Amino acid sequence: MLQAIDQIFITIFGLFSSFLLDTLGLPTELAQIIAILVQAIVVCTFAATTFLALTYTERKVIARVQDRIGPNRAGPFGLLQPLADAIKMFTKEQTVPDVADKLIFHIAPIFAAAPALMFFAVIPFGEDMVASDLDVGLIYIIALGSIAEIAILMGGWASRNKYSLLGAMRAVAQMISYEIPLVLSFMGLILITGSLNLNDMVVAQVVPFILLQPLAFLIFVTAAAAETGRSPFDIMEAESEIIAGFHTEYAGMQFGLFQMGEFLGFYGQACIMATLFFGGWRGPEMIPSWLWFWLKSWIGIFIFQWAFRSTFPRLRVDQLQAFCWKFLVPAAVLNVFVTAVVVKIAPVVSWQNGVLETVGGDFLGLGFGLGWLPVTAIYLAANAITIAILAVLYRGEVRRTVAQFEVRELSAEQPSAPRLDTEALPA
Amino acid sequence: MTAEQIVFFIIATITVVAALGMVSVASVFHAALLMVLTFLGIAALYMVMGVGFMGVIQVLIYVGAIAVLMIFAIMLTPKVMQVEGRSRYTKQWPYAAMLASGFLVVLVPPLMATPWPVQKDGELGVRDYAVELGMAFMDPGANGYLLVFWLTAALLLVALIGSIVIAREDL
Repeated sequence: MLQAIDQIFITIFGLFSSFLLDTLGLPTELAQIIAILVQAIVVCTFAATTFLALTYTERKVIARVQDRIGPNRAGPFGLLQPLADAIKMFTKEQTVPDVADKLIFHIAPIFAAAPALMFFAVIPFGEDMVASDLDVGLIYIIALGSIAEIAILMGGWASRNKYSLLGAMRAVAQMISYEIPLVLSFMGLILITGSLNLNDMVVAQVVPFILLQPLAFLIFVTAAAAETGRSPFDIMEAESEIIAGFHTEYAGMQFGLFQMGEFLGFYGQACIMATLFFGGWRGPEMIPSWLWFWLKSWIGIFIFQWAFRSTFPRLRVDQLQAFCWKFLVPAAVLNVFVTAVVVKIAPVVSWQNGVLETVGGDFLGLGFGLGWLPVTAIYLAANAITIAILAVLYRGEVRRTVAQFEVRELSAEQPSAPRLDTEALPA
Repeated sequence: MTAEQIVFFIIATITVVAALGMVSVASVFHAALLMVLTFLGIAALYMVMGVGFMGVIQVLIYVGAIAVLMIFAIMLTPKVMQVEGRSRYTKQWPYAAMLASGFLVVLVPPLMATPWPVQKDGELGVRDYAVELGMAFMDPGANGYLLVFWLTAALLLVALIGSIVIAREDL
């Protein structure tokens, strides 16, 4: 029964394919193309629906953190708010600045939304449920991020607006910088798995990789939040500084497409988090694999919304770059070095003639073998060593942060201005 | 004509038109964007040919790094916002054309001499050579490129560490 539910989407798709081939009698190639198109449409529809859900949960979560209620007028608990927003977006007038570069101005939002949708082609949503099982899935995902950069540059430039141009420059400077720790945080996982295929990475996770690579997880979450321009890394559209940056001049659904690009980009990162660090569709066989994946991806979303979006104030431009280059990149490089050594001591997978086989017991299947325990202990110890080295390297910063809190406690009666980090970036 | 050929010709047309547009439009920014389109077209051609790894790397390096760097440089250059009425055809274009044709002449013989792997059964979709590529990189024998791979890796690592050292004044 559970097996049937687990494979329900694949069964439906198989029925559809045989309907095209046998009932309609289409030639094989045409049937193949139609089947691929249908897959693409299903994945895109899922993503677009998730975008609607995200706009609602984003407001609700932030509202709860800020002790408000959030949207509560349209429908029960404000559940129809996303629909109301969508209607508003579609009926609004599309304004175009007089001096704008018209063609590029109109293409940019499409360019922003398309790579965010393409993201989901390689995500394994469940067992055997991946639209395109690319062997280089992980690089594909990183490459899509660079297309999004171009879209932001196009929008910012074509608007012919100083704030837009500033926002675009900020956005691209930030995205280029944070791409490096993001990719380096994947390196440890690639070393452990020995594959760039996302499905292989899920299969390899006898232990969720968050337990083997907690430091890489922290680096990934930070870099992913910056890569998608989430607060506190939203200097690219900082409303109070540059009036929403690159999409200042956009209205109606074109603005909606930029929003879609941002939100789906961040849902994509949550999916990557679920796939690479939480064990993807693997889990105890109580519920189907796709439900596991879906739940885990929403845990990722909640982490972004609660731990980042609604908790921290916005960073300054120089602080942002300094944090990336002075802390995240060295930490990620160190993590890669340490992991490369540990992988030789405690391998998690072995490759037999191109087929991946896991070593040690199964943690996520909740089998009671304990083979995963020593491996996890070794990796955790290695991570502890890495963090200790980092703590020694950055003892100055650590001391300064601690001192900051002590001063604040002592002089509670006459609060002084918080110490500003005045170190500027080298010219 | 198979579906694969139709797809190939559509993408090839877009790529060639974008490349011609890149060298002929007046605005530098438009030229840079058309260059991005050319790169994306080439990446798509790689995908059609079944080398998904090359296609993805093409997008990552050329679109993500080189094109973005160029657009950044254009934005940081003053006076490029006013491009209307300026022609791209300066006195230098014959020399540029000569240089480009010379490069083509140099490229053609090795292109003709290389035995290209052919996808036999004409199936649609991406076949990956990532594993073979990795094997070739890591092969210390005569057919491998281990030394080149190591040198490149060392160079990139030095560049990365160098950037960190420049950023950290107090280390």
